[in-house]
Amino acid sequence: MTPPVSAFSELLLVVSYMVGKDRIIFATKEDHETPSSAELVADDPDDPYEEQGLILPNGDINWNCPCLGGMASGPCGEQFKSAFSCFHYSTEEIKGSDCVDQFRAMQECMQKYPDLYPQEDENEEKEKSSKDLEATPMEASAAKEEKGSS
Amino acid sequence: QINPKLVSTHLSPTQKIQKDKAFQPDLEILQCHHLRCPSRSLTSSGVPGKAGSNLLLYLIVGGTVTGTGAYYVYRTLKENKERFTSRVTTITTRSQEKELSPSAPGARPEVPSHVPFLLIGGGTAAFAAARSIRARDPGARVLIVSEDPALPYMRPPLSKELWFSDDPNVTETLRFKQWNGKERSIYFQPPSFYVPVRDLPFVENGGVAVLCGKKVVHMDVRGNIVKLSDGTQISYDKCLIATGGSPRNLPAIERAGKDVQQRLTLFRKIEDFKSLEKISREVKSITIIGGGFLGSELACALGRRARTRGLEVIQLFPENGNMGKVLPEYLSNWTTEKVRREGVNVMPNAVVKSVSVCGNRLMIKLKDGRKVETDHIVAAVGLEPNVELAKSAGLEVDSDFGGFRVNAELQARSNIWVAGDAACFYDIKLGRRRVEHHDHAVVSGRLAGENMTGAAKPYWHQSMFWSDLGPNVGYEAIGLVDSSLPTVGVFAKATAKDTPKSATEQSGTGIRSESETEAEASEVHISPSFSPMPQVPKQGEDYGKGVIFYLRDKVVVGIVLWNIFNRMPIARKIIKDGEEHDDLNEVAKLFNIHEE
Repeated sequence: MTPPVSAFSELLLVVSYMVGKDRIIFATKEDHETPSSAELVADDPDDPYEEQGLILPNGDINWNCPCLGGMASGPCGEQFKSAFSCFHYSTEEIKGSDCVDQFRAMQECMQKYPDLYPQEDENEEKEKSSKDLEATPMEASAAKEEKGSS
Repeated sequence: QINPKLVSTHLSPTQKIQKDKAFQPDLEILQCHHLRCPSRSLTSSGVPGKAGSNLLLYLIVGGTVTGTGAYYVYRTLKENKERFTSRVTTITTRSQEKELSPSAPGARPEVPSHVPFLLIGGGTAAFAAARSIRARDPGARVLIVSEDPALPYMRPPLSKELWFSDDPNVTETLRFKQWNGKERSIYFQPPSFYVPVRDLPFVENGGVAVLCGKKVVHMDVRGNIVKLSDGTQISYDKCLIATGGSPRNLPAIERAGKDVQQRLTLFRKIEDFKSLEKISREVKSITIIGGGFLGSELACALGRRARTRGLEVIQLFPENGNMGKVLPEYLSNWTTEKVRREGVNVMPNAVVKSVSVCGNRLMIKLKDGRKVETDHIVAAVGLEPNVELAKSAGLEVDSDFGGFRVNAELQARSNIWVAGDAACFYDIKLGRRRVEHHDHAVVSGRLAGENMTGAAKPYWHQSMFWSDLGPNVGYEAIGLVDSSLPTVGVFAKATAKDTPKSATEQSGTGIRSESETEAEASEVHISPSFSPMPQVPKQGEDYGKGVIFYLRDKVVVGIVLWNIFNRMPIARKIIKDGEEHDDLNEVAKLFNIHEE
């Protein structure tokens, strides 16, 4: 049986084995709570190779951000980009208030593809895990019926 | 009982806000912090209907401005923006022209004779590239030509989640439950996402079209034109080869004749899943040959059925233990015991000599004289990259790793890129390699799409991979994870709270990274005296959770996160740094292995 921690706190050590070329270390929580002496290289925020987030360093929108999913590439991609760009560069007091037309065009487009852009109402948005966000090719209508019951 | 662990994820704080808004990627999951790139690559898809206000909120909260751009970055992006605006102008003009065009739908050829972007292969890499091209090039017209009859889909659930589904119709629906309880299809997008092939040159804002069930058999690189199996010719401006690979077979089985072949599954595609699922309900014994990712995952999946239905599941392979080429020996042995506990009869050190039909069953003879009687064989013995086009295209095939040889920017020749399983590429940090994992297909596909639209970026963002062996063992990994390299493994003793299953159960449907689960202090392994002589670990040593570093000289080139999750960013950072480290226990501290 392993002895209790407190009795041996002065002797807390990292236990290390070698099995052939492989080293195995069992480290205690206490050992790992001491600060690490490992050094990490400072990141360059302007590194052109790095994956970018939603907004690029120069302020533009990164349409290829994985966070956007299929929004910028699907059938309503152009409407989406247009609406979003308008909003992003809008300098109105109520930002995006000059972009109503673009957002309407985007909505109209999305309504044509209900299984890509499901039309949810406020009540459904509050339900957590019973939503079916995407219909399969085979059962687009069946999935919608099942939405509430899954 | 669905194993919610099977898909791990983490979302940034801003993602929490729109968790319910379904504004989520179809290919990847976000990771923490600055909405950077993914860890695990499975998540729900689809977009909110009330996009307007949700998206406004998202952008307001989710935007990250990371300082002033360097001249290079600024210039590139300025060019992108100019190209963007000029393309938008072109589209507007073109749509006006369309009204005057006499090209009636009825007169359109079934397959366009020319496409700007041609993607050969209809899997994950091709889909990721298509999305990337469309995101960066407004109005782009992308044609995917796929030998497979199915639309692009993701493979990992075929050997994992789909087997654990409660739905009796899962072989038809091909839907599975993710970590967060939300269901999704294995298909990246439903059919309505795609443009009909004949309409691709004419549709107003471009799109992605998929030509299914057709194979590209010849490639003329000088003329930028390909030929399909039915003789159709398509010319292109830019081309991506994402042909993936085909499952290898054992020579012993290939020699064995048709009677044996009929009782064999080479597992790769949807139809293989359907067929094996059916077989697993009909036979008494299935033998999986192969001890790597696919073989072990299938063994565990079938092992689950073994217990409920009395199916015998055998797994045999030449190595000493499961994942023998990936995990250091002590961990491979430990993993093997876990697989056995999933109901699998694991036979390591087994080399197949011959296979024959015996009565109505199969008889596998091993080189050491052992015999295995079974009803059906699943061979999971590796993937042969599909490089048939190399000959006609005059493209180089790599002799060490297989696959098309491409540079760091995934380019084979002018106007030709290769991504996914078939690409043997130069990794600036880790050297030339070829990677057969899902996330790599996503990352390389996206990069190829960026470079096909002018980005000229090298492979830089390291892809990751993961595997699960039942509900109690799961790991994520990154870089060169090769068991022949020296390794340093740092472990904490696992408590019951540390398994993936319990982590998600405790937090309900919550995201594990957000889990409020209190980290209990792990039991401490202490030896009262520290012996300078290294000792062999005791029998039954518990490698519950930890981090394993794979080293080339003193540089960490690969990392396995063993039963700890949401630490991929730090792992990626350490590999990117490429620094020499003297004490890897100090590096391990950065991973917080004792906490959840």
